[in-house]
Parts: sequence; C-alpha cells; structure tokens
Amino acid sequence: MTTVTMDKAGPRRKVKQGSISRDRAWALRWSYFFLALFAIFSLTPPLYMLITSLKGSAEISAATNPWWVFHPTLGNYVELLTSSQFLRFFWNSAIVSIVVVAITMLISVPAAFALARMKFWGSTALATGVFLTYLIPDSLLFIPLFKMFATFQDWTGVQLLNRWYVLLLVYPTLTVPFCTWIMIGYFASIPKELDEAALIDGASWFQTLTRIFIPVALPGLIAATIFAFTVSWAQFLYPLVFTTSTDQQVLPVGIITTLIKGDVFNWGQIMTGALLGAAPPLIIYAFLMDYYIAGLTAGATKG
Amino acid sequence: MADVVVGQASVTRSTGVRKRSSLRNAVKHKSTVAFLMTLPLIVLIAVLVLYPAVYSLHLATLSKSMTKFVGLGNFQFLFKRETFWLVVEQSCIFAITAVIFKALIGFIVAHFVHNIPAKGQRKWRGMLLVPWVIPPAMSTLAWLWLFDPSYSAFNYTLSFLNIGPVPWLGEASWARFSVILVNIWIGAPFFMIMYLAALKSVPDQLYEAAAIDGANWWQRIWYVTLPMMRNIIAITTLFSLIVTFANFDIVRILTAGGPLDQTHIFATWAFKVGIEGSDIPLGASVSLFMFPILAIAAIFILRDINKRGNEA
Repeated sequence: MTTVTMDKAGPRRKVKQGSISRDRAWALRWSYFFLALFAIFSLTPPLYMLITSLKGSAEISAATNPWWVFHPTLGNYVELLTSSQFLRFFWNSAIVSIVVVAITMLISVPAAFALARMKFWGSTALATGVFLTYLIPDSLLFIPLFKMFATFQDWTGVQLLNRWYVLLLVYPTLTVPFCTWIMIGYFASIPKELDEAALIDGASWFQTLTRIFIPVALPGLIAATIFAFTVSWAQFLYPLVFTTSTDQQVLPVGIITTLIKGDVFNWGQIMTGALLGAAPPLIIYAFLMDYYIAGLTAGATKG
Repeated sequence: MADVVVGQASVTRSTGVRKRSSLRNAVKHKSTVAFLMTLPLIVLIAVLVLYPAVYSLHLATLSKSMTKFVGLGNFQFLFKRETFWLVVEQSCIFAITAVIFKALIGFIVAHFVHNIPAKGQRKWRGMLLVPWVIPPAMSTLAWLWLFDPSYSAFNYTLSFLNIGPVPWLGEASWARFSVILVNIWIGAPFFMIMYLAALKSVPDQLYEAAAIDGANWWQRIWYVTLPMMRNIIAITTLFSLIVTFANFDIVRILTAGGPLDQTHIFATWAFKVGIEGSDIPLGASVSLFMFPILAIAAIFILRDINKRGNEA
C-alpha cells in the first residue's frame, strides 16, 4: 500500500520512502518480538506439563531448577498407561466423545438442512431459538439436571446418576445447538440451483441431503465434528456432578479425583495425565488446524 | 422446484381457500418432513435445556428438604449472607476484568500476526491458539502446579529477581489475580483468532485511502479498523462475557473458591452449596443469578445477528 503512494510521489520523496521502509522494518521487528513474548506466555504451561511429566518424584521435590529435567524418565507414562484405572478413564472419555459426536451429527445435520432449506411454520424462530440455547451455559443447568435424573430414577428405577452413559444424554445439549447453527450457515451458503436441479431430477429430500448437501458442506461437517469432539472431551462440570465412582468417570474428572489424594499431589503423574488428556484435541488440532479455526469463526461470521 | 413455485403461486392467489389438491399435499408433506427432521433437536432442547431451566425456577422456591414451598425464602436467605455478596462482587470483577484483558490482548496480538509476512502467519497462529485447544481442566492443572506454594516454578524464577515468594493462591488478592490470569490465558487466543479473521476482511483500499490522507497508524486503527470490526468485536465480547461469567473449571481447580470463599464465582459457589452441601434449592437459587446477565448479553447478540442478517 505504501508502494502505491510512492509511485505517484516521484523522485523528490526518495528520502521519505527510505524512512517508511525503515519504519516498516522496525514495526516488523517489534511484531516478532511481541509475538515471541506471547508465544512464550501461551506455551509455558503445556511445556511445563511436559517437563514435569518426564521427572521422577525425587527430582520434583528436590530444590533444583524446575525448568529443566536432569534425570529424564518415562516412569510416569509407564505407570499411568499400565494402570487399569487410568485406562478406564481414557476409554470412558473416548467412548463418550465418539458416541456424542455421532448423536450430535445425527440430530444437527438433518435439523440444519430442514431449517436452512425447507421453510416451515416457525422455522426462523426455531433457528434463533437454537442459537439462544447455545448461550445457556452448563453451570446454569447442572443442578436442575441433577435433580431431574434423581427423580427419574425414583420413578422408573433406571439409574442415570453415577453412570457414564448419563453423559451421552447431557453432552448433546452443549454440542447440538452450536453444530446446528454452523451447519445452517454452511447449508445456507450452498447455491439454491444445486438442490433445485436435484429436485427436478426427481431426488427426494433425503437424497438431496445425502448426495448434495453433505458432500458440498463437508468442510463445515468436519469443523462441526471437531467442535463436538473437543467439547465432549474437555467437559468437566457435568461429569464432576453426575459421576462419582472411579469406574464411571471420564479423564478430566478422573485425574483430579484419583491422582490428588487429600493434600498429597503426585505432580509427576498429574502432569502426565493432563498431557495425555490434552493429547487428542492437540493432535486433531495439529492435523486439522484450518477446519478447527473454521469451526471457531463460523459461529460468529456465518448465518 | 416446480412444486415449490406452483405452491407459492397458489398461496398468493388464494390463501383463504382450502382446496384439496395434490400440490397442497406435496407442500404439506414437505413441511411434515421438515418438522420430523427437526424433531430430535426440538425434543433435546425442550427436555434437557428448557425444562431444566424452568425447573430450576421451581427448585429455587423449595425448602432444603424439597418438601415445602418457601417462595422467595431462599433469596431472602441469600441476600442476608455476606458470602453471597462476595460472590456477586467477585463474579463481576472476574468476568469484566478477564473479558477486557482478553479483548485487548487478542486485539494487539491479532495486529502483530496480521503485520508479519503471510508466509509465517500460520505458524504463529498455530502456536498462539494452543491454550484454547487444551481442555481447560487440564491446562488449569498445569497452572496449579506452576503456582504451587513450595515448589512453584514462578517463585523459583522470581527469586532470582529478589522478589519474595508470592502466595499465588494463598492470599485473597493474589488468588483473584491468578484465576483471572489463567482465564485470560485460555480465552485470549479465541479473541485473537476472531479479530484476525475480521482484520483480513477489511479491504486494503480503505487503508490506502487513509494513508493518502496522511493518517498515522493510530488514526488508521481508530477510523478504519475499529469501525470495520465493530460488529465482530461486539459479538465476540458478549460471547466471552457469557462464557466467562458462567466459568467453573478454572476457579474450581485452582482455588475451589478459597481462601475463605474470596474467589468463589456463581458457578463454583452453586456447586459447593447445591451439590457438595446437598442444598439443591439454594444452589439453584445461586445459579439463577447468572440469568439476568446472560439474558442481557443474549438480547444484544441477537440484535447484532439480526442486523447482520438484514445487511446480507
């Protein structure tokens, strides 16, 4: 943009051009400097997790430099990955997240299709309502839900509290509204001609959805899937409230309730567990960063 | 397509006339299909979001044993408790301070990322978004360990600067600072990524025009960038305000409300009273206090979204 002004300015302004490009060079240097500072701020906790997870308990309680590993060991990883309790947490987390992703997609994709394309009585109000439900936080609902599940058990004898599958009921309330909302945005951006052509060719609504909308909106679908998975994997309040016995708990709650025994913190194992718990979202993020960011920004910029 | 067009035509021609035709049936069929497709969504929201929300209003009017109706008794009880006012104060301090700093840091960092050559932006963005990707419960554990009173890595580092051991989580004001710091750490990347997307959508011509008019960088930000990003800033801030106000993980793991209930916010106190103290009605009353702020924020967000819908 400066070059444009320079071209017009002619030779008389040569000195000025030099100062501007010098300014820009300095601005660039300052940008890198501050970005480096912020990157250090951002990466310190995860790096410190990694550092601590490689230490033995003797080194953790020794008065040496905490930022360095003098005697690296994989003992914490071996211990956790062979502990049936920890594997149980991991398994519970994995099964809950995967099933919740499936439920979320089965509910939100058809709903988003209907709301984006098949106008019916109240569809606009419903779309707005879906968005509003996304704004209702978990911390407003956990107490009534807790009481509801207890009453449900009194009435029907079906135990929901302290069972991992109760999470399959409550997690979709966090994932479905947002996924529906961003899928409405993606579906609405598909040109009308496409599905009209399909309808003329005699495709049913279901075929239009599976043969046209889902393939065309695949990036949105991937973004929504990633969102649903990370939300289910990271959720902490609901499992803390609804599950108490260790064989029913998911990873975040399990680490906090079993590795912290009273006032005794086994930091090596806690950090290892936290790192292993952070690994699945981080790995997904590392490979699918663009989809991840698309999902993040789509909620506010689309629709 | 033919169905739709003829259907619309018949509607415009005679909306009042109830004519039994195959076309009408087709349209009716379409809306039935559409309704069935949204039915799971409606059921889910009605049973597991709307019903509990209304139910918590009912719960808040019951006595501790949930056998007697006490009207506004729970609220009267809360208003007389000093802890409650502490929680109100801390929730507001926590949410407002954290959101302001998240927005500021996000804005500044987004500019720095936007400034550097496009080739390197991906790498930096990738690094800076890591705090947002890690599950908050996991990263808060790392912070808890960084803040540890006896083996604190922060205090070890500060001791070289002759700054005495800081009671990160042991003293009320430091603990308040620490929970806000962790919240900023987790939330700032979200603002950064939203602002970055908004910055990229500002047309270059506007900056060129401003530069020709002799605007300095501050004027460019104030008169070009900010007005163009106004909408996204408003929505992101309101979003974040809701999420921060309803936060649970960070305070629960870092301080569990301590020392002396000084860092409790609505969610953690509701958990302590309602689940740990098994006074469900009182817990429900506490969490209901989040509702007004959420409603206000929701109204503003909705207004912005409708506005944007009209522009499009």
